[in-house]
Amino acid sequence: MNVLVCGVGGQGVLLFSDIISNLAMTAGLDVKKSEVHGMAQRGGSVTGHIRYAPKVFSPLIEEGTADLLVGFEMMEALRYIHFLGPNGRLVFDPHRIDPMPVSIGAVERPTDERLGGRLAARAPIRQAIPAFATALRLGSSRVQNTVMLGAVSCFLEFPAESFRQAIAGLVRPQAVELNLKAFAAGRELCSCA
Amino acid sequence: MTRKLLSGDEAVARGAWEAGCHVAAAYPGTPSTEILEALSTYKDVYCEWSTNEKVALEVALGASISGARALAAMKHVGMNVAADPLFSAAYIGAHGGLVIVTADDPGLHSSQNEQDNRYYGMMAKVPVLCPSDSQEAKDFTRRAFDISEEFDIPVILRLTTRTAHSSSVVELGERLPRPVKGYEKQITKNLVLPAFARARHADLERRLDRVRAWNEASDLNRIEKGSTQRGIICDGIAYQYAREVFPDASFLKLGMVWPFPRELVERFAVSVDELLVIEEVDPFIETQVHALGIKASGKDRLPRTDELSPRVLRNAVSGPAASVKPEPGLPNRPPALCPGCPHTGMFWALQKQKLVIGGDIGCYTLGALPPHNAMDTCIDMGASITFAHGCDKALGDTDPRRRIAVIGDSTFFHSGITGLINTVYNQSNVITIITDNRTTGMTGHQPHPGTGTTLMGKDTIAIDPAELARACGVKRILTVDPYQVKETRKQVREFLSEPGPAVIISRRPCALLIKLRDTPKQVDPDKCIGCKTCISLGCSALLFGDDKSHVNPTICVGCGMCADVCPKGAIA
Repeated sequence: MNVLVCGVGGQGVLLFSDIISNLAMTAGLDVKKSEVHGMAQRGGSVTGHIRYAPKVFSPLIEEGTADLLVGFEMMEALRYIHFLGPNGRLVFDPHRIDPMPVSIGAVERPTDERLGGRLAARAPIRQAIPAFATALRLGSSRVQNTVMLGAVSCFLEFPAESFRQAIAGLVRPQAVELNLKAFAAGRELCSCA
Repeated sequence: MTRKLLSGDEAVARGAWEAGCHVAAAYPGTPSTEILEALSTYKDVYCEWSTNEKVALEVALGASISGARALAAMKHVGMNVAADPLFSAAYIGAHGGLVIVTADDPGLHSSQNEQDNRYYGMMAKVPVLCPSDSQEAKDFTRRAFDISEEFDIPVILRLTTRTAHSSSVVELGERLPRPVKGYEKQITKNLVLPAFARARHADLERRLDRVRAWNEASDLNRIEKGSTQRGIICDGIAYQYAREVFPDASFLKLGMVWPFPRELVERFAVSVDELLVIEEVDPFIETQVHALGIKASGKDRLPRTDELSPRVLRNAVSGPAASVKPEPGLPNRPPALCPGCPHTGMFWALQKQKLVIGGDIGCYTLGALPPHNAMDTCIDMGASITFAHGCDKALGDTDPRRRIAVIGDSTFFHSGITGLINTVYNQSNVITIITDNRTTGMTGHQPHPGTGTTLMGKDTIAIDPAELARACGVKRILTVDPYQVKETRKQVREFLSEPGPAVIISRRPCALLIKLRDTPKQVDPDKCIGCKTCISLGCSALLFGDDKSHVNPTICVGCGMCADVCPKGAIA
């Protein structure tokens, strides 16, 4: 299984990858996860590669072979769309974060319609999950990643209860309740609650 | 058996702990930082952030000479800083096991170059181990300590970004209790006076020969028999990519690439029809293979730049695969200074002036990008000040642009001090700006000599850069608060009108460090005249659209710099 997660530095992509990788390991599988720290994290484009199977060699997913592409931001989803395999599924948040060249007006902002159209053309199997909007409604933009995790959990083989336990084990005690709510909301958005 | 998902860095830390390491020292640098961060969470190991990599290696060598097992960790370019003690350490040897971890960065994810530190092993005459995943990172670290002590030689463990920052499953072991052997005065070994060093060099050649003989039969290298049509020699992460792309080939996977196991390679070469060497960046192994007179393909097909990946291998060896093209025409997303970043204010204060600005290494290097445009050069750690000094000596009065250096607090302690002393000693007209955000920001908020705390969480003396500058002989010193943006600009402009050498300290803690989260600012659309003054700060929480500025309330931390610069009082 190849899961590529992408987003913008600060969106919680790394925690998201940690949870899925740990579930795969607990299930007795070989797991590799790759990410990049440092300069790339300062508001730049961030990816997490997660691969699990009985035996995994490369920690990097090859272009055109991702089973699941998870985009925390619409433009980032399109930036990595070429990693998606022929039968792969795209799960993305239609949320937008403008990069600096756009926000200072140096580069034209691609419209939602254009991005959405290109995603539709390149990913026939896809779900748009308004995770950011849902997180705000629940009280904190910071649980966007747990909403996404809830949505994605509908397409992975691990039981929902394992996800809940992993969340409870990884987030701060006072944030557990909100994160579990966010997880449930994500599952509902994919109609697998 | 306990299994755990560990990054390569965390696995090195675990391996060092299991090996009974007593002392570990490092300077933070991507992708090596997490080694000491992880190691400092174990009991029984003294860990420190040293002022720089040279200091770290000398500290580790001091511990080794005292009979302790010691580790120094650094990013690849840190090895350049530590190169001086590295060469002496090879002569001196390792009373207690001495392991030097270098984390190279092919692909320049967060570095200024792609240097291949396997060559340091060849040049300094020390063994080099290259793990290919986290399990090996842990196992090889343990083995490196053993080899170091057995052969009385320091050992380099070379990670790359994809081994350091990839996580994979590791079987954990227990710590081997290992008493510190103790210090014995031995000047013919530990004091590299020419007369002694001459003998130590000859001894080093013998020690390295013994390691080479051992490496010929070592289980650190292994042959995996597959089809005899294609044989692949590889090391490190390249092995993982190659196994993925060429599942049927025969493999010689080298764990210790230096000293080079010649006979093993010769044996493998004759067992296959066609030989391919797969390694990242430089043809280190390939050159050795060719030197044996063995015909092999390698960098004639594979790139010498950037990191490898399964796709790069496939394209290079089998010809371009069915095209999977990235979506064209998307705006780039370069990294940017965070909302509330105090560097923002200082860079704004420097705009629109006639300056040549030497930059340095840290988050603030992003000040080179638009709209800040506040940096002309970036060379290496500490080079902002020395660049500006050289520039000033070359141009003198022939060029009106003021020579400025911009350097972070941690970088200043790392290697800026010597440059600052040089501007005083050799009197140049350089203004050094220390962007003091009270932490080592880029690598994730490590303490440094100015912060008053240590890696192990102890309180210590916080060295004040202003006092230090004064002690270095700097007469003019100005401290500003970059959140008071307009006031900073006014003071800086006045200060720049007088001759140097002089120092400005721009002091305000990193917004991430103190988790700044004040009420987001709002733009009053009736007052905003669309002049873009706030946009010129380059804050990522500010947007411009419909001829007005807007604040993104989900990422704004309420620092107020935009409100400070707004000429119409439209932001509050």
